[in-house]
Amino acid sequence: MRYSGFNLIKNALSGHKNWQPAWRDPEPKSDYDVLIIGGGGHGLATAYYLARNHGITNVAVLEKGYLGGGNVGRNTTIVRSNYMLKANAHFYEHSLKLWEGLSQDLNYNVMFSQRGVLNLAHTPGQMDAYARRANAMRLNGIDAELLDREQTRQFIPMLDYSENARFPIAGGLLQPRGGTARHDAVAWGFARGADLRGVDMIQNCEVTGFLRDGNTIQGVETTRGTIRAKKIGLAVAGNTTTLTEKLGMRLPIESHVLQAFVTEGLKPFIDTVVTFGAGHFYISQSDKGGLVLGGDLDYYNSYAQRGNLPTVEHVLECGMAMLPSLSRIRILRHWGGVMDMSMDGSPIITKTSIKGLYLNCGWCYGGFKATPASGWVFAHTIANDQPHEYNAAFTLDRFEKGYLIDERGAGPVPKAH
Amino acid sequence: MKIKCPYCGVRDQGEFSYEGDATIKRPQTDDADAWREYVYSRNNPRGPHKELWSHIAGCRAWIVVERNTLTHEVYNSYLPGENKDD
Ligand SMILES: Cc1cc2nc3c(=O)[nH]c(=O)nc-3n(C[C@H](O)[C@H](O)[C@H](O)COP(=O)(O)OP(=O)(O)OC[C@H]3O[C@@H](n4cnc5c(N)ncnc54)[C@H](O)[C@@H]3O)c2cc1C
Ligand SMILES: [Zn+2]
Repeated sequence: MRYSGFNLIKNALSGHKNWQPAWRDPEPKSDYDVLIIGGGGHGLATAYYLARNHGITNVAVLEKGYLGGGNVGRNTTIVRSNYMLKANAHFYEHSLKLWEGLSQDLNYNVMFSQRGVLNLAHTPGQMDAYARRANAMRLNGIDAELLDREQTRQFIPMLDYSENARFPIAGGLLQPRGGTARHDAVAWGFARGADLRGVDMIQNCEVTGFLRDGNTIQGVETTRGTIRAKKIGLAVAGNTTTLTEKLGMRLPIESHVLQAFVTEGLKPFIDTVVTFGAGHFYISQSDKGGLVLGGDLDYYNSYAQRGNLPTVEHVLECGMAMLPSLSRIRILRHWGGVMDMSMDGSPIITKTSIKGLYLNCGWCYGGFKATPASGWVFAHTIANDQPHEYNAAFTLDRFEKGYLIDERGAGPVPKAH
Repeated sequence: MKIKCPYCGVRDQGEFSYEGDATIKRPQTDDADAWREYVYSRNNPRGPHKELWSHIAGCRAWIVVERNTLTHEVYNSYLPGENKDD
């Protein structure tokens, strides 16, 4: 059923008792053209674009838990394309353009809100670095504005601009087209769109092994039986290496935990996304009124989906330094997600040395905003057995060949990206 | 998490800095594949993991910690070189 004002009124008149489930719950078939492992944002978007852009609909998404139970439902929903290096800039800008039309394309409201993303600077050196980044962004056709201290104060007045500020605000880099989206709706919208085109969503189905004939992939073993396919795309984020190790592959990936927080609901308070430039902290406000905030990784390998208290303290201290009025607000909920941190901070979307096996991983902090473009180019790579121009640089062999895409210049230390 | 420093005893995790996988070994050859594996590839296990931490806000020693990446349980810690298997 198409969602529309007319259908809303029609269903209201019958007491909302006749809505259909947004997707079917089919039994897995024994054979598909393409299997996507992982029902997170990237897996679901890939299935959607395989059907929409390439007419490939004999597809199943295999999810070990429920759709959207992984990082796509745990992130802090920031969408932006303020990258400096070419490969990242074009890929994330393609994503931002897809976001701008996503609700209409999916016929599902993903609540994309272009409220701007502001990165604060606290030193002249940081201002210089942001000027350089803003220039690179503009040369790549991406919107960027450098704000001085007064312009920053006008844009977001409730920060600490006093004499006492531990790290006085010097200005900031604003991307006006950046913003937030409703993360669950993104997973649900892509799932519904793919299901409408014939893709099977198979939940509670964990992939436990692979079938292969020499160097050719043939299918998977799952907790719901053997499923065969000639092409298999892996999109399992923080769990990538637990599957690739079954294929004898070692990857430039470490899994780390990232925590996030939501406060009690408040009246409208912050109408943008703002990041602290002197420590690890960022904040926005959800449409329900809760402040959504987070910081950096816990900085050690983890699959636990929960973090430790030193990071909680650090994040909230940074928040207090930037926004002292936070002190009287209570934290309502707090959680963690398992991040696939790559060795240069950029993603990997590629064919592999095994025929028919495709890899989508290495999302670090930033995979939510990448969701539409990641699905778009991964579907292209799987359908054509060759990369799209926007993921041609996101290979595995860039590491040995020296073509790293190291936006932060942090080197082969996953926790530092 | 609490981590036991061989010099300072059991201390809060916040005093330590994580320095990564303790099992990778610098290759004794100039073979490019061996160097790629050393610099970039990790086992990234979901379970027991041998890793390096430094007691940055304490005695500043680097130590080997055996820890579970799924449960965060710390099993053991010692100075590098103390375990013949490393
Ligand atoms: C706290 C936090 C905050 C974040 N904030 C942002 C942000 O503000 N902006 C941004 O752009 N990004 C952010 N991210 C990153 C972003 O959420 C991730 O990079 C992105 O969601 C990863 O892709 P995904 O949605 O496909 O992953 P997931 O949703 O994790 O999907 C992977 C799926 O694979 C399934 N799976 C795993 N193993 C198997 C198996 N063996 N068989 C079958 N299924 C399996 C999992 O159950 C999971 O559902 C954040 C992440 C976290 C944790
Ligand atoms: Zn010590």
